Amino acid sequence: MPKMSYSKALNRALTDEMERDPDVFVLGEDIKFALNSVTTGLLDRFPDRVLETPLSEQGFTNFATGAAMGGKRPVVEYQIPFLLLLVLEQISNQANKFRLMSAGQVKVPVTYLLPGTGWRPGWGAQHSDQPYGVFAHLGVKTVIPATPADAYGLFLSAIRDDDPVVVFCPMPALNLREDVSYADLAPIPLGVGRVCRSGADVTVLAVGHLVHEAMAVAEELAGEVSVEVFDPRSLHPFDWAGLAASVERTGRLVVFDDGNRFCGVGAEVLATAAEEMRLLAPPKRVTRPDAAVVVGCAPELDLAVQPSRAQLVAAIQAVVKS
Amino acid sequence: MRLIRRFEERCIDLVRSGDIGSGIHPCIGQEGVAAGLCAALRPDDALLSNHRGHGHFLARGSDPGRFLAELTGRVGGIDSGRAGSFHPSDLSAGIWGASGTVGHGAAIATGLGWALARDGDRVAVSVFGDGAVTQGALLESFNLASLWQVPVVFVCENNGYATTLPAPAGIAGSVVGRAEAFGIPASTVDGQDPEVVFDAMAAAVDRARGGGGPSLLEFTTYRFEGHHTFERRMRLAYRDDDEVARWRERDPLAIQAARVPADVRDAIDAEVEEVLDAAVRFALESPRPDPADAFDHLYATPVRLRGSLFGGLGAAAALDGAGRIFR
Repeated sequence: MPKMSYSKALNRALTDEMERDPDVFVLGEDIKFALNSVTTGLLDRFPDRVLETPLSEQGFTNFATGAAMGGKRPVVEYQIPFLLLLVLEQISNQANKFRLMSAGQVKVPVTYLLPGTGWRPGWGAQHSDQPYGVFAHLGVKTVIPATPADAYGLFLSAIRDDDPVVVFCPMPALNLREDVSYADLAPIPLGVGRVCRSGADVTVLAVGHLVHEAMAVAEELAGEVSVEVFDPRSLHPFDWAGLAASVERTGRLVVFDDGNRFCGVGAEVLATAAEEMRLLAPPKRVTRPDAAVVVGCAPELDLAVQPSRAQLVAAIQAVVKS
Repeated sequence: MRLIRRFEERCIDLVRSGDIGSGIHPCIGQEGVAAGLCAALRPDDALLSNHRGHGHFLARGSDPGRFLAELTGRVGGIDSGRAGSFHPSDLSAGIWGASGTVGHGAAIATGLGWALARDGDRVAVSVFGDGAVTQGALLESFNLASLWQVPVVFVCENNGYATTLPAPAGIAGSVVGRAEAFGIPASTVDGQDPEVVFDAMAAAVDRARGGGGPSLLEFTTYRFEGHHTFERRMRLAYRDDDEVARWRERDPLAIQAARVPADVRDAIDAEVEEVLDAAVRFALESPRPDPADAFDHLYATPVRLRGSLFGGLGAAAALDGAGRIFR
């Protein structure tokens, strides 16, 4: 079985979908030269469906909204996570509300792809944001695949979805490879999570690339604690039923989330678990710190604020003991 | 124009009576622009309006009753009461929405025009006020439209004020100069005479339809009323009475009425009153929405919200006695 990288999976999903649906087109900065490998080969195959844009994020994000209203299915690629904050208004207030405001007269099927969200070691404060919680909070469909097969399947579903969808692809996951048979690649519905590893003592809900870290920790603790790892895959819609079923089995919960702690996804999951699920022990979360994250050029500072395996181990042990 | 004028006067009554809770941004005084520009469009052309858009809707043939039902938040409204006066759309009349952030609709219209041009020869129009030309996003859309030769007409209704800010205090340089800097042909045109508006607009639309790319028209006009109906209570003193009186002398209705025989004019006026009586009746008799439908139209592919899983929301039973969603 061939090994497929996460980046290749994104490229394949986009290529397959452009092949299948002539309304799909891609726009963004530097996509002709495929800086993120997502658009590799597309210009040759679909020369009039690859729109290289100037540095006008607000303009081309709204442009995509208009093109989607006019019957196309734009995929917008952004190179850096903070650019999504520059177009927060365009996505959440324009694209995501047009359907509601028009009572269903228009649909806005835009996919916003961020191949490189989150931590870039040593790149500093303006390149390492992880803003997925902001979009989920505003009710924009938000997905974050952890594996190449999920990257393929969720990206495909996002493009086919008739609403705006933001696809966050964590930087540390882009080079992950897994054995994937092309024949097995398929769309994965939004809002359906996955139990990556069954366990009996505690559920670790891990987001994005942290799924792999959680799996490693689960292995590490195997003799001591039986850890179930749950990957929600979409943050909005969120697979609350899947998580509830897992917590029903284990009775304990730790959230492993690369977002900021205050008002983050971890906070939301813990609040919902406390309100709605049967827990045997108070839940815990491992996240970035509160407020603006001080990522820097110095590796010591940079690493200090990243959620780590050691923190996860400590959280699991604390939850299991209490 | 008579329909637009009287429609908005009726709206002001309905604001006073509390039936239009949001108030409105009246376009009274600007009817000549709406009438002239919409007459130059084909029914299948696409227009993106703004917060002062009632005139555009009526000039494109939106049903006055359903539009008024929208403004009063009724089920029979063009957007089932979701949009109100600020963000309406009526695709049956070729109006693809009204952007809530000033100036940002221009880029949406540019994308829409680009998409429509790939499948035919339809033209997109973006209408915005003078306040929008100080938004950076607007300039980004000028750049994209010109680079990609999109069939879009940018229409600036320059009524002299961005809420209370006089245009000269907000706009460095000129409106047309902004477009010209991007290689977009632009001109300033009298917006009080609907026939002058029509001629300028027809030329811009022809140019776009023929593959000539974008253009910008700045129509000088004036709103006789305040920025919003709230001004009737606030009595803001940002313009003097003489200025208003001078512009009232160039009332677009009077300019056009002089070209129409008296008997035709009387017939039009009578018909307008009849249509509006029926429209007000239709609007106020249309049912108010069921609070249980608050989540309708939120997504095209519905999302199972958290509450529905745990029995908190979704059905009528989830509403409390005051019609609030209970969770």
